Amino acid sequence: MNYFDKDLAGLHADLVAKKISAKELTQATFDNIKATDPQIDAFLNLNEEAALNQAAEIDQQGINADQPLAGIPVGLKDNIVTKGLTTTAASKILENFKPVYDATVTEKLANAQMITVGKTNLDEFAMGGSTENSAFKTTKNAWDQTKVPGGSSGGSAAAVASGQVPVALGSDTGGSIRQPAAFNGIVGIKPTYGRVSRWGLIAFGSSLDQIGPMTRSVKDNATILSAIAGHDDHDLTSSTQAVPDFAADLNDATSVKGMRIGLPKEFLAEGVNPDVKAAILAAADTYRKLGATVDEVSLPHNKYGVAAYYIIASSEASSNLQRFDGIRYGYRAKDVKNLEDVYVKSRSEGFGEEVKRRIMLGTFSLSAGFYDAYFLKAAKVRTVIINDFKAVLKDHDFIMGPVAPTPAFGIGDEIKDPITMYMNDVLTIPVNLAGLPGLSLPAGFSNNLPVGMQLIGRPFDESTLYKAGYAFEQNTDFHLQVPTLGGQN
Amino acid sequence: MNFETTIGLEVHIELKTNSKIFSPSPVAYGADPNANTNVIDWGYPGVLPTTNKGVVADGIIAALALHATVEQHTHFDRKNYFYPDNPKAYQITQSDKPIGHDGWVEVDVDGVKKKIGIAEMHIEEDAGKNTHERDYSYVDLNRQGTPLIEIVSKPDIASPAEAYAYLEALRQRIQFTGISDVKMEEGSMRVDVNISVRPVGQKKFGTKTELKNLNSFNYVQRGLEYEEKRQQQVLMSGGSVQQETRRFDEKTGETILMRVKAGSDDYRYFPEPDLPSLNISDDWIKELGDAMPEMPGKRRERYVNELGLTDYDAMVITQTKEMSDFFDATVALKADPKMAANYLQGDVNAYLNEKQVDLQATKLTPANLAGMINLISDGTISSKMAKKVFKAITNGEEPKAYVEAHGLVQLSDPAKLQPIIDDVLSANPQSIEDFNNGKKRAVGYLVGQIMKQTHGQANPQVVNKLLMAALQQ
Repeated sequence: MNYFDKDLAGLHADLVAKKISAKELTQATFDNIKATDPQIDAFLNLNEEAALNQAAEIDQQGINADQPLAGIPVGLKDNIVTKGLTTTAASKILENFKPVYDATVTEKLANAQMITVGKTNLDEFAMGGSTENSAFKTTKNAWDQTKVPGGSSGGSAAAVASGQVPVALGSDTGGSIRQPAAFNGIVGIKPTYGRVSRWGLIAFGSSLDQIGPMTRSVKDNATILSAIAGHDDHDLTSSTQAVPDFAADLNDATSVKGMRIGLPKEFLAEGVNPDVKAAILAAADTYRKLGATVDEVSLPHNKYGVAAYYIIASSEASSNLQRFDGIRYGYRAKDVKNLEDVYVKSRSEGFGEEVKRRIMLGTFSLSAGFYDAYFLKAAKVRTVIINDFKAVLKDHDFIMGPVAPTPAFGIGDEIKDPITMYMNDVLTIPVNLAGLPGLSLPAGFSNNLPVGMQLIGRPFDESTLYKAGYAFEQNTDFHLQVPTLGGQN
Repeated sequence: MNFETTIGLEVHIELKTNSKIFSPSPVAYGADPNANTNVIDWGYPGVLPTTNKGVVADGIIAALALHATVEQHTHFDRKNYFYPDNPKAYQITQSDKPIGHDGWVEVDVDGVKKKIGIAEMHIEEDAGKNTHERDYSYVDLNRQGTPLIEIVSKPDIASPAEAYAYLEALRQRIQFTGISDVKMEEGSMRVDVNISVRPVGQKKFGTKTELKNLNSFNYVQRGLEYEEKRQQQVLMSGGSVQQETRRFDEKTGETILMRVKAGSDDYRYFPEPDLPSLNISDDWIKELGDAMPEMPGKRRERYVNELGLTDYDAMVITQTKEMSDFFDATVALKADPKMAANYLQGDVNAYLNEKQVDLQATKLTPANLAGMINLISDGTISSKMAKKVFKAITNGEEPKAYVEAHGLVQLSDPAKLQPIIDDVLSANPQSIEDFNNGKKRAVGYLVGQIMKQTHGQANPQVVNKLLMAALQQ
């Protein structure tokens, strides 16, 4: 079976009515993954035995109406730690690494009795936009297996888009949820920084990283965000803001009436594919028809975002990834003569090319004599970008624009050119720098490849984004289209 | 050629908190290797630090105790370096905004008082420990994450003796706040020193050397004295001092070259993104300041000016807060201050040294010491008897009850003493004769006889008075 026809509420209704048991659902999920994954390579590791046992237990206890997620399968990006279940961050340095604890989101999903069926592929340590930087396999786009699924949460995106699982979690440091969601025609949110605990997320850029859900519909997305969000004593950067029941408000397809939407001119400037531009302009018209006003606004410093981001994220990463030193866990090189050898060889052999590139970039940016010109300057640019957003969001309910300048590109097309690859993130990165919520949802097609729209909101106002996303979804049918595996659509 | 010396001290003080600075693991000693650790201390993938608020409070207290300005808007930074005892490969510390800055302590070297500046003080985590055995190296992370305060002096220290006095002043003030045991021998106070000399009149500081293995204040002073002389000799013989790290040899008192420093390490400091900035309110600072005990300097002034102690006595009594508190409590129970001070410095300190314990670990109480002193003051017991009573109070016995139970009460009543004196006099006519002939020694003999008759319980002052009166009749 696949998850094209039923949303979370539908699955829940079937489970409560015993039309299907949790175990049957879980088994069907594994059967489908095994049948389809050879084509898309979304999963790194399956949790079959434990998942089936958990499902059987849930069946035994019975599923009540107040357990909306019980017995429903979920995939986790493999940079989210899972106790006893191999977690690699798609890196050779953590090959076969079995964590001894659960991430807070893992624990929250387990408490909601969701069933973790496996760990999805990503760019190594979430560094990349195509999943080609995985040390183990390259995931394929669900719509066209010659195209990349985007990244770094490419495995989660392809798994949801191909109907392998109804929900997967991703993480987003510079667009890693939104861009693969857009490339695969699904819904993904990068929540406000601090909305979801980072405890147990293998850190990349600590001041930017957020975990978020990837789903087939806005409502499903809202349901999962409510389940994983909230303050966590383990993460002092997690917010104490109350977490609304985001999905409960989603029943009015015209709720954008009277809203003011900002459409930054920089988001449709040079470099944006004409089909992408057309889709966003059409979406703006949809919102106007629903009674919203769409103004052209400006985020004048948007263009500096990519440069600032690659300095800040790489600097933090260069420090975060130092713990992978071959001493306590993970890969340790053989034939070492002394301590320095352990460090140099283990890290040289354990990390992939892109990870090394960013470690070098970050190390350089933090070095004495360069810190002021790079890290400090980037931090100042970040403040300027935050102020740009503040100015626009002061009198606009949210900002709309594309997620990525182009639809999915071909496997192998950009991997050899880091700068082109980095520029794919030009529209998503500023949102991370500003810590704002960003929702990615299907808004059209270009040569049979999905095109995504991005809605950017005020801090902790995911509600408005979900309402606007829901309204758009109810008035369009992009999200209802599904890929056919095994061929080019 | 005349030289002037500049000494810099970096003092690490280990805080006495229950849990670590960034993880809930306990801070405790003597546990099996890695017993007091969790995923945070291991630098495990995905973990995050959480700030122990008690450590921030201790940082504020230390700043206040050292007359420093508390930085109210501060944050933590990462100091990056690889070493197996440093599991994250970065230490969480404070770099550009330390919690306290611009403090000072006053020192007194040979009667000359001087303020030594403190540039800054910051809170940070300690590393684990590596040990090496044969072909293996072992890492114990129990100490990883133990909270530290690092206190950095300004270049005001001009002699090894001043360095000693500075360390003693720091130790005392921190000890009084109760945030640390500040014991060099137990590692709760550690000192890194650097020293340079330059010809008098030269503006630029000389090249400094760093000294290691200074495990007591004495070694700090001796190491600096040796190094000061060594550097002077190098310069006088036309050479130049190298920037290097030298090890103090406790046996020879010399410093030995360990390694020459080429350039400085690059720790790539940057703000710790996993921890929110600290915003310290005025109210919190006030609350902590109000709860601070009176500092040793203030106490010494009070002891000298109000209680009539000598400077020396006041200095000894204020070595630790426990001793000073004990003294204050004893005096508050009407014990004579001078006698209380003498007992604390004499019998009490001797007892503590013999037993190798801290005052607070004994059964001695201010009430019992004051009780004993008051029994001496009112003549109930003699100082000689007090030796026995002191032994009893070290066992927690109440002095008055002990004295009564053991018949140690001194005989001071003239009505009871007079007949005894009269008996002794009539039994010793020769002594009376000698006294009348100017032989004063006879008095001593007679007193001895009286003491013998009273089994040593007669009050010598009263006996003397009564005896002289009888002899001079």
